[in-house]
Amino acid sequence: MTIIFDGLAAGMLLFLISVGLSVTLGLMNFVNLAHGAFAMLGGYTCALLLSRLGVPFLLAAPAAAATAALAGIILERTLYRRLYAATHLDQVLFSIGLIFMSISTAHYFFGATQQAFVLPDFLKGQINLPGLDVGIYRLFLIVVGLILAVGLQWMVSHTRFGAELRAAVDNPRAARGLGINVDRVFTLAFALGSGLAGLGGALGIEMLGLDPGFPVKYIVYFLIVVAVGGSGNIKGSLLASLMLGLFDVAGKYYLPQVGAFVIYAVMVVMLIVRPQGLFGRAAAK
Amino acid sequence: MTPVLQTRNLSKRFGGFFASKDVSLSIEPGARHALIGPNGAGKTTLINLLTGFLEPSAGEVFLKGEDVTRLAQHQRVKRGLVRTFQINRLFAEMTVLESVTLSVCERLGLGWNWWRPVGDHTAAIDEAAELLATLRLLDVAHTQTRSLAYGRQRMIEIALALAAKPQVLLLDEPAAGVPTDESRELFETIAQLPREVTIVLIEHDMDLVFRFAERISVLVGGALLTEDLPEVIARDRRVREVYLGEALDG
Amino acid sequence: MTPVKLDLSPLRRAAAWHWAEYAFWLLPLVAYFVFPKNLALLSQIAITALFCLSLDLILGYAGIVSLGHAAFFGLGAYAAGLMAKYGWGDPLLGLAGAALAAAAAGFLTSFLVLRGADLTRLMVTLGVSMMLYEAANKLTDFTGGVDGLQGVDIQPVLGMFSFDLYGKTAYWYSVAVLFLMFWVARRLVHSPFGLSLRGIRQNVGRMPAIGAPVNARLVAAYTIGAAYAGVAGALLTQTTQFVSLDVMAFSRSAELLLILVLGGTGSLYGALIGTMVFMAAHHFLSDINPQYWQFWLGAALVLIVLFARDGIMGLLRKLSAPARTPS
Repeated sequence: MTIIFDGLAAGMLLFLISVGLSVTLGLMNFVNLAHGAFAMLGGYTCALLLSRLGVPFLLAAPAAAATAALAGIILERTLYRRLYAATHLDQVLFSIGLIFMSISTAHYFFGATQQAFVLPDFLKGQINLPGLDVGIYRLFLIVVGLILAVGLQWMVSHTRFGAELRAAVDNPRAARGLGINVDRVFTLAFALGSGLAGLGGALGIEMLGLDPGFPVKYIVYFLIVVAVGGSGNIKGSLLASLMLGLFDVAGKYYLPQVGAFVIYAVMVVMLIVRPQGLFGRAAAK
Repeated sequence: MTPVLQTRNLSKRFGGFFASKDVSLSIEPGARHALIGPNGAGKTTLINLLTGFLEPSAGEVFLKGEDVTRLAQHQRVKRGLVRTFQINRLFAEMTVLESVTLSVCERLGLGWNWWRPVGDHTAAIDEAAELLATLRLLDVAHTQTRSLAYGRQRMIEIALALAAKPQVLLLDEPAAGVPTDESRELFETIAQLPREVTIVLIEHDMDLVFRFAERISVLVGGALLTEDLPEVIARDRRVREVYLGEALDG
Repeated sequence: MTPVKLDLSPLRRAAAWHWAEYAFWLLPLVAYFVFPKNLALLSQIAITALFCLSLDLILGYAGIVSLGHAAFFGLGAYAAGLMAKYGWGDPLLGLAGAALAAAAAGFLTSFLVLRGADLTRLMVTLGVSMMLYEAANKLTDFTGGVDGLQGVDIQPVLGMFSFDLYGKTAYWYSVAVLFLMFWVARRLVHSPFGLSLRGIRQNVGRMPAIGAPVNARLVAAYTIGAAYAGVAGALLTQTTQFVSLDVMAFSRSAELLLILVLGGTGSLYGALIGTMVFMAAHHFLSDINPQYWQFWLGAALVLIVLFARDGIMGLLRKLSAPARTPS
């Protein structure tokens, strides 16, 4: 049972980080391999605020999200935008460049070691139910993830911004004709995705760890979420993340010698068997 | 005489929409056959089905009596069924001579030859050059395709197909977007092709169709409305209603 | 039939060797005498150049994007290493074994890779290479895992030239293999097969309509590219007598892409020159500080994509033939 909770919590983290990629890669069709770098930025921001400045955790995490979102806005405005129409190969090369830069920057400032992370007292410990021990922090992650998933779903399907995003992604030219500021919508979507990634990175220090290799280490996980969940599909991303989290945690617990092999195999098989998970534009509904 | 190209109840469905519906067509060797119909009548879809670009939902395609319905595009080309595209599909960074040599090499079965340089396959190059001479393209033989004017590019679209030595040539609006005087020249070239080459043509310009075609099939809504001699088609009341009427009013 | 009055020589002689090419291949000889103390580095350059050539064949010529090309390099490296460890230490036999192993893997995975469009290809190649990496990581009895494969004992080349401490044999052996494989690749890209690959990259939709079996051609190209990468991996094993796990790492695939783009895709010399520039820069700059190096590497990649997509070869072409460039 503990494994299930661990898996769900890890899945929620994956969801937070990947849902933004699901929009940029799945809907805006931009292969942003550097997405994990935004999560890493959030992680380091949070760690720094906690350890150096003594900011309380509940403030540090949103601040981390805001920092990542801001970085997202700046990079989207200056660099990403120029490559929306480029080939996928160019986008890959570009984002690999960003990954390299982010890794070495993190290395320069924080060193190669894992960041220490101390949970605030109120999130420590366990709830002991008969036959079930639930870590409070795990529960916290699951609740936060669920709230955000519901909120996102509501935003995309019920707000003006959601409608504009769907229109802009579906047909940018027509959307412009309708008076939608497509550039601004894309920037905001990108910022939202980066911000959520930053939040995921901050909340995930305890479970996923945080070191300069972060953006590369989890790249495949993020891609799997998009591949399995379908493009820009929030419900799909959530389910895919939870499944992946469960499989990963269970796999590492029961079959450590197989390691991540199974996860990669799942991705390849998924891509072959159900490529529409990637390309079918189920749209955010 | 066995028809060189024949279809039996050929249909293509996209969801609930029939892009082709029960088309049974029969084309004699040496024919000059035009396919006409209003926009969205399924003309290009039909060519896509004939060449294997699309897989039919039902029905069969026969080439010289052989059922080719399940064959891949390139296998049908090897059997003599070659097409051109409504929107140019050219090799932008190759010279004109290189492009046509590539097509000749594929026809001669040299495509797997990975050792002797293209330049040593003199027969293929000579043949490509001769074809360029016939099509009056020699002056641009060493020019990159992308830097040519649209009318010349349209001619290369046809040259690539001719290099495959078609027995049946399917031309999908060969003169689309070409200025009038150049499209005259283009059609003169097509008209001069030997009778061994059966030609099926899609064209919107009725002047060109009635000057060139010896038989005309009219497609409406994916289905075959009628097929006859040009003069009969020109008098057909239904055709005038759905097609010529529209063209005359428009 | 009227005789054709056209000078066909531009196409007939397209495959002839240019004087600059002869000059280029004198470089390994010159380098040997100018940098006698850096033979290990020079061998590395030759090996990476061969690896880069292999990616150029599949990406630059056949147009197949790959994020996991190191998988084949690694397979070749392990194949040669294991062969040597278990008594088949003849270098040329090792190269052949590595080429076969990598080609087999390339052939099998090509069917997965070719199913999708660019995005799927990127992810499938990445996934496959990650799987192989994990496999090599976990099969410690076989590969040594993170500790690397020890006990690789390589016999003298052709039974005559044993691998010496100064790396002379290793250098000439690597350069010779590189040159031979380059020569074959050069024949290949100038052949009708090579022309058909260019056709596929420039307009994949037209090729079936002129009778070319596109998928079969791409399978062949991918298999050949994999075999080339395998040979490069084997060379690394044989010249260093060791296999480390990072032969299969993602960073190797990513770095290779960078090298190729730096040199210029779709040009064999682009692959070679890109490698030389990259490795030389790496050597001088990473001595100063490895972290700075990775940062500037990333920055260079971003700048190349934004401003110099044709790489060094594109630049050279512009310099050498300003008159021929269409305005």
